[in-house]
Amino acid sequence: MTQHPFLALTDADREAMLRTIGVSSVAELFRDIPPGVRLDRELQLERPLSEAELSTHMGELAARNVDMERELSFLGAGVYDHYVPAVVDTLMQRGEFLTAYTPYQPEMSQGVLQAIFEYQTAICELTGMDVSNASGYDGATVTADACFIAKHARPGKTTIVVTEATSPQVRQVVKTYAPGFGLEIVEVPHRNGTTDPDELRRAAEGAAAVIFQQPNVFGCLEPAPELAAAANDAEALAVAHVDLLSLGVLEAPGRYGCALALGEGQAAGNFPSYGGPHYGFLATRQEFIRRMPGRIVGETADTAGQRGYVLTLQTREQHIRREKATSNITTNQTLLALGGLVYLTWLGPQGLRELGETCLSLAAYAKQQLQERAGLELVFPERATFKELAVRVGRNARDVIRDARERGVHPGYAIGRDYEGMDDVLLVAVTEKRTPAEIDRLADVLAEVAR
Amino acid sequence: MKLIYERSQAGRRASTIPQHEGLPPAGVPEELRRAEPPRLPEVPEFELVRHFTELSTRNFGVDTGFYPLGSCTMKYNPRVNERLVGLPGFASLHPLQDEDGVQGALELEWRLQEILREVTGLDAVSLQPAAGSQGELTGLMLVRAHFEARGESEQRRRVVIPDTAHGTNPASVTMSGYEMTPVKTDARGNIDLDDLRTKVDDHTAALMLTNPSTLGLFDENIEEIEKIFHGAGALMYYDGANLNAVCGISRPGDMGFDIVHINLHKTFAQPHGGGGPGGGPIAVRDILEPYLPVPAVVRNDDGTFGLDFDRPESIGKVRAFTGPFGVLVRSYAYIRMYGPRLREMSETAVLNANYVRARLKDAYELPYDRLCMHEFVLSARNLKRDHGVTALDVAKRLMDYGYHPPTIYFPLVVPEALMIEPTETETKETLDAFCDAMLQIAKEAAESPELLKQAPHNRPVRRLDEVRAAKHPVVKYGFEQHPQPDVEPVAVEALSHLDD
Repeated sequence: MTQHPFLALTDADREAMLRTIGVSSVAELFRDIPPGVRLDRELQLERPLSEAELSTHMGELAARNVDMERELSFLGAGVYDHYVPAVVDTLMQRGEFLTAYTPYQPEMSQGVLQAIFEYQTAICELTGMDVSNASGYDGATVTADACFIAKHARPGKTTIVVTEATSPQVRQVVKTYAPGFGLEIVEVPHRNGTTDPDELRRAAEGAAAVIFQQPNVFGCLEPAPELAAAANDAEALAVAHVDLLSLGVLEAPGRYGCALALGEGQAAGNFPSYGGPHYGFLATRQEFIRRMPGRIVGETADTAGQRGYVLTLQTREQHIRREKATSNITTNQTLLALGGLVYLTWLGPQGLRELGETCLSLAAYAKQQLQERAGLELVFPERATFKELAVRVGRNARDVIRDARERGVHPGYAIGRDYEGMDDVLLVAVTEKRTPAEIDRLADVLAEVAR
Repeated sequence: MKLIYERSQAGRRASTIPQHEGLPPAGVPEELRRAEPPRLPEVPEFELVRHFTELSTRNFGVDTGFYPLGSCTMKYNPRVNERLVGLPGFASLHPLQDEDGVQGALELEWRLQEILREVTGLDAVSLQPAAGSQGELTGLMLVRAHFEARGESEQRRRVVIPDTAHGTNPASVTMSGYEMTPVKTDARGNIDLDDLRTKVDDHTAALMLTNPSTLGLFDENIEEIEKIFHGAGALMYYDGANLNAVCGISRPGDMGFDIVHINLHKTFAQPHGGGGPGGGPIAVRDILEPYLPVPAVVRNDDGTFGLDFDRPESIGKVRAFTGPFGVLVRSYAYIRMYGPRLREMSETAVLNANYVRARLKDAYELPYDRLCMHEFVLSARNLKRDHGVTALDVAKRLMDYGYHPPTIYFPLVVPEALMIEPTETETKETLDAFCDAMLQIAKEAAESPELLKQAPHNRPVRRLDEVRAAKHPVVKYGFEQHPQPDVEPVAVEALSHLDD
């Protein structure tokens, strides 16, 4: 058999090595495995491919997808088609970052440690919080992490309130985790697209935490400061699930009384990539620092007094505290968070604000065109929005999507998949990558296929 | 070196954002508007690139050199996978597109599921968990669902875990609402069967076991262990962290395990990314399939692929969408370049580990003197006793020789542990050079222990004070108030200060 490209031992190497070990064959190395549990046949897998054959095969699979470069897409609902600048790809592909692991040995890993410290700083600046971890798996799992924090920060309280206008992906994950935490999830319905603070206040009585999303799943802007106040009145932790890219124009959750700010980082520097891998960000106030899950990087000095960075507060973590740890997380999403840091650095404060303003104006334009040009109705016309909006399309939105796609436009998400009574509602997302001309085209196609 | 925030000057920027004339006025309500802009860095693009490039030079990856970090399987990550994952048909695909627009993605996921079924010897796979520890948690949720369906969930509250286990196992037990029952390791490094028999009964929900264990040893009594757990009506969970030892050689399903997680970032070459992303798919026996996360990726009768949300007994979702897709692309590609030769991959990993073990076992202590699998654990206890040099000192000194240190102080059952996993992607020359360095360090421990205690000598920083970091946590840049380093940075000339 020819030498496999990812292996290196020659026959002579193998012989010499076996001699040093003191066995006569490679097979003998496995003598501790009882014969009854050995596989006595070859794995039934397809034959090995050369790199060229692999590239062809993978190219064929990729070509069977209709990606967002092949149809004009207004899909959002949690994953967004924002522009990813070239510097992000280039720097994430540096082998020293790409092929390193968790920086257990800080003297070997100052690059990634300092980058995480800078990432933590960026997340704290955006959210108005004191401490961020090095990332969680995604926006849904960090919300489950927040529930675990709340369980311990508010001992004895066993309910978590989640607004119904929070992403269904997030709510489903929280509900999957909750039984193991001994927590019960209570949902508060939306009233005409947003959450009523008084209703939330009543639901929050006795709850450990209140979770809401800003902008919410319908794209509407919640009265977030009032929701946080409602949670605080009930002594529940106020948890804001936010879009990082909205935080150039929307207030930081830390400035209106939230205990935790978290969310999905994909929009900031990651490709949609069919749902992952992305990064979840999680930030909180100083008082909860020792309840944070996952890695946190801190600044210190070396024996010569030079500044340096290390993983810190590790007594929270599973490898030290085991069953008493604040989480089981070990591998997180560092590389994706690094992409996020590079992206946020690329944006800078001015770019972030401009990006938010462009999203706001394009969404306003889309609202206008969808009403005037396509003759559609907004579902929540009196609500302010950021980059996403809900319109009625007169018949089942899934059928409208199908018909629009035949015309080369993926017009949005059929939110009736997740919300009863909304089968005729289309959720349309506009990022800064969309143009007024593309929005015109969307309106023209919907004028044809809606109703 | 400076932080990116310290390179910032107001008014500079790297980004260009599309802006359009003549759109309707838009804004946000006053009470929701941001008052103070976030202090993100303000740098031109070339400064950005230089900053992160410089940071990368202060980092060490598999691409830089040998990285025998035990339990982490730091193998070579093929570059072709990075090109493939960036194809627009993968990277620019939205997870909520209709199924007819994502047939290639679903086929890839379905094919990977089939491969993992064959490699683990089990019946059904979910690709959803984002990492090994999330696979563990998901597996324990399946255990709970299984016993709830049998009306035994109140009674079966305990999960048995050996004292050699990764910390994630007990942490996952707590997060899933179970209680841990620890079990001891015997003199040969297997689970202590006498201890085990006293701890497994009709209150036991499951065993969580890594096999080969974190000692790098295959549990010789695995068949007896299977009888004990299944005999008591409990389930068996396989922590797949060490699957790189046994692909095509011995399958968890054939060992009797009911649930397995696979660390795609270990065995199947997803780059570790400085701490992630990972992938932690789980494979299960048919009785547990109804409880797997939704949606399931299925092949329809007409040969197309789809997402099945109609799984009424499912535990729900453990992360958004179908899984960490980009990770799945890389691992699928990696496996396709091996096919049945995965066995050769594992055999080589085991051969490499045994070779390094054989060369080092006289200079260091080998607490379990057996053939190992893909990794092994040495103890620096002898160096500590004789010369006051610790495993930490050995690890730091290895840096001076250009190697990433092994995992240290784990597993907990071995004092002064040095856990070494060479992986299969190394030449004999590299293994020999590493062994020579380890032997030289053992000699240095006797002749000039200070050399080790003050190591590293030629990294960008000297030994860092972790206690100080934890005592007074500084976890973000403080802008005007940020503490300055105690002294000006000085160039450290490698080793020269030790000559006198």
